[in-house]
Amino acid sequence: MATSFGSQISALRGRRRERWRDLSPMRKREAKMGLLFISPWIVGVLLFSLFPFVASFLLSFTKYNIVQPPEWIGTEHYEHIFSDDPLFLKSLRNTAVYVVGSVTIRIVLGFALALLLNAKVRLLGLWRTLFYLPSVVPIVALSVIWLYVLNARAGLLNSLLYAIGLPRFRWFADPDIAMIGYLIMSTTWVGVTMVIFLAGLQGIPEEYYDAAKIDGANIFQRLLRVTIPLMTPTIYLNILINIINAFQVFTQVFIMTDGTGGPRDATRVYVLHLFDHAFQYLPPQMGYSSALAWILFMIIFFFTAVIVMTSQRWVFYQGGENGA
Amino acid sequence: MIQGETGFLQRDSVFRLTRIAGRILLYGLLIVMSLWFLAPLFWMFMSSFMPLDQVGVFPVQWIPRVWMPENFTEALKFWNFGTTFRNTMLITVFSLIGDIGSCTIVAYGFARFRFPFRDTLFLILLATLMLPFAVRLIPVYAAYDAIGWIDTFYPLIVPNFFGNAFYIFICRQFFLGIPQDLLDAAKIDGASEVRIFTQVMIPLAKPAIVVIAILSFQNSWNDFLGPLIYLKDPDLHTLAIGLYKFTSLPGQGGIYNQQMAASTMMVLPVLIVFFLFQKQFIQGANISGLKG
Repeated sequence: MATSFGSQISALRGRRRERWRDLSPMRKREAKMGLLFISPWIVGVLLFSLFPFVASFLLSFTKYNIVQPPEWIGTEHYEHIFSDDPLFLKSLRNTAVYVVGSVTIRIVLGFALALLLNAKVRLLGLWRTLFYLPSVVPIVALSVIWLYVLNARAGLLNSLLYAIGLPRFRWFADPDIAMIGYLIMSTTWVGVTMVIFLAGLQGIPEEYYDAAKIDGANIFQRLLRVTIPLMTPTIYLNILINIINAFQVFTQVFIMTDGTGGPRDATRVYVLHLFDHAFQYLPPQMGYSSALAWILFMIIFFFTAVIVMTSQRWVFYQGGENGA
Repeated sequence: MIQGETGFLQRDSVFRLTRIAGRILLYGLLIVMSLWFLAPLFWMFMSSFMPLDQVGVFPVQWIPRVWMPENFTEALKFWNFGTTFRNTMLITVFSLIGDIGSCTIVAYGFARFRFPFRDTLFLILLATLMLPFAVRLIPVYAAYDAIGWIDTFYPLIVPNFFGNAFYIFICRQFFLGIPQDLLDAAKIDGASEVRIFTQVMIPLAKPAIVVIAILSFQNSWNDFLGPLIYLKDPDLHTLAIGLYKFTSLPGQGGIYNQQMAASTMMVLPVLIVFFLFQKQFIQGANISGLKG
């Protein structure tokens, strides 16, 4: 915990920049060795990050089907996306539902479970393992299983609702609530967030709670005034990571709807729409797909920036942590 | 606060009662949540032994009426488990070697040497973690297509030899924690940089390497999108693709018991690895959340 993400970045800032010609021969040797060691990553970042980043931007202004060389068409794709692609808006809306819903579920439920496990329970390791277990299951298998959990006729969830006297739903068969199905499925990965929160909670010194108790704080006041403020760095980072990931939801929808995003595009998520144009349409529309990818990148970038910039108002770093 | 007139004894017993009630509620919630998380997996396992007509019964049944291990052999007739398992192992092992090799080397460079722009480069490394895969997808695919790597394992293995930003981050954190004195001692003894790296640092970094190995294994074993777009030839399919194709075969849609048998076969190896290395899995999740 002593070196959180934020503190790392602030520690990296403001350091004196060293120039090559000012280095002593020994330091030059050291620098050369260092660069040699990181050279695989330098090649990697150029090939697998920088090149595709720039190339997909350029491709987004072209008509490109892989077989023939790209043909420059300017902003035509972007104009088409914003004026004449109803599925763009629909897929964006479906994705938004998933982002808001699944991030809320993961943060709230993950935090609640971590609080439960932090209440000095017996067999802590066992509970933690049980809650974490579903998230290691391969997503293809999870998708096959959850198709049945949420089966409209005889699924597990409907059996449960029936057993406790609640109405049943048609889940993936009903366009109005099909996305809700994916939100319920997203509880599968709550264990990951929980484990992270639990580690954070375990790092809070007992003295803080003792001091609050002496001041007469009850359990809810201690939660609101001690636990949550101290956990804000972890909460912040988890919101960030989960939002970035949730915007890219794809695999389970692709598998469970056989690549269609059905019923009636009710679960067509953004990346599925993009994937369709690049890999399912004939001829492939790689240029159009790149434009969609760049719009997604801008959206994710926007939200990341907003969260990072507002974080100073609500993320509380303990004194010692910023110096690291 | 209960004070004054209420006797000490009474206060104590009220406190004890609420405490016991709280504990019952706590363990009750924990049990309910574990059932929520485990029921789908348990049902996958049980239904893989059920006769087909029992799978579709409402409300759902948990114990097979008759145990049918032949669901597994039937599933294997349509699903080339042997080939897909071998392919997945091949990709997983080579990716693992690439990830561990490249990430420890690069992390050592970032952790133990001073060079101009080191911190800027490291920030770039962290920034690449935020780049959505959708942005890389198309140019990288087009490039592999151009050099004839479609329908080979190279697109799934080779990138791992160039360092994964996240694994590098984990490993660097670990290297930073190793005392400098140890390295100075080795240097005084006349060890070269390469020797210090391979014979001092690597053995010390074993815990971090195990975490990276597990994340890398999980990544390759579970990967769906990569094999989906790069491997068209059925002989090259991985377990993930094999299972997907099996469950989406025309006319196979309803054979849930065999689908669950196939799923069980894919899930079991992962669960075995998980139970063997629980601690490292949890550590891996922790680092991924806290970034250090």
